[in-house]
Amino acid sequence: MIVRIATEGQYRLEDGQAAKLNELDNELVAVVQSGDEEGFRGLFDQMLALARSGAELRDEELEESDVILPPPDISLQEASEEFTGEGLIPG
Amino acid sequence: MAGMAGRMSTVIKAKISKLLDRAEDPGETLDYSYEKQMELLQNVKKGIADVVTSKKRLQMQSQKLEQQVVKLDTQARQALAAGNEELARAALERKTLAQSELQNLDPQIKELEAQQDQLTENEKKLRAKLEAFRTKKEVIKAQYSAAEAQVQISEAATGVGEEMADVGMAMQRAMDKTENMRARAQAVDELEKAGTFEDLTQLDSGGNDDIDRQLKELTSSSDVDAELAKMKAELGPGGGDSPALEAGRGAGEKAGEGA
Repeated sequence: MIVRIATEGQYRLEDGQAAKLNELDNELVAVVQSGDEEGFRGLFDQMLALARSGAELRDEELEESDVILPPPDISLQEASEEFTGEGLIPG
Repeated sequence: MAGMAGRMSTVIKAKISKLLDRAEDPGETLDYSYEKQMELLQNVKKGIADVVTSKKRLQMQSQKLEQQVVKLDTQARQALAAGNEELARAALERKTLAQSELQNLDPQIKELEAQQDQLTENEKKLRAKLEAFRTKKEVIKAQYSAAEAQVQISEAATGVGEEMADVGMAMQRAMDKTENMRARAQAVDELEKAGTFEDLTQLDSGGNDDIDRQLKELTSSSDVDAELAKMKAELGPGGGDSPALEAGRGAGEKAGEGA
């Protein structure tokens, strides 16, 4: 599976890692909704670390990503806006 | 919201896809318009230049504030040595404010530096992908039937399109941050324009009540008190005999005359 960390780059993950990322991704939604800043940061950092543990795609590789994580510096506020409409990309 | 559709990564991905759909067909853009690609890269370069300009401005302010801190500290000592505690206090209040502005600037300069590095990296990546696309397209056209080539080219174009959308997001974030820093730089400029950090010996104390009042609001008087006490202790009882303080006394007295 190919994961992009927005504004950073793309990584190729093996199936096991991809499954783990999906789990964390589901948890993240819950944390965002609870408004727990510390929990959000911790969980999101874990996801970033997991994505970065994959092999980074070379600059000249032209692949579409299967999933795209938000930019590493996203705030809880911005993350919650992702679910209510006006997010990083309006619409 | 829970479940597959509610996943953060799915939401972001869907939005990027939507953005790509709304944009000109990336395949077509990439296929025909070398100028469009160069325009895109130029935009990123311009974004980087904007960030650098903002960073330089903050760096200049930071240097200026550092000089002012040193100057105001000296003036406070001189005033105290000359027995003008009120003037020493005023100088220390200004120094405290300048120091706190300095502390605010530092992380912002670092932040802009990070943005600059990030955008430079983004630009390099996008350039490589555009180049790879051009090459790949020629190879595909030479090796496949027209219909098959179309599919393959369009797939590669999606990869580049995603990169373009991503660079767009990185630029937007950098610009938003730069905008915030501009506001901060503006605020410091205004403090300066109001004469907040001016040479105290040049001040006509009668005409600066407004600044003094604002300073009292902005600076913690306990910090100023503590620093004043420390300075007094350093000068020692009956200070004023040492050569260093002799030098200070002249300036202090000059400042005192205006009061």
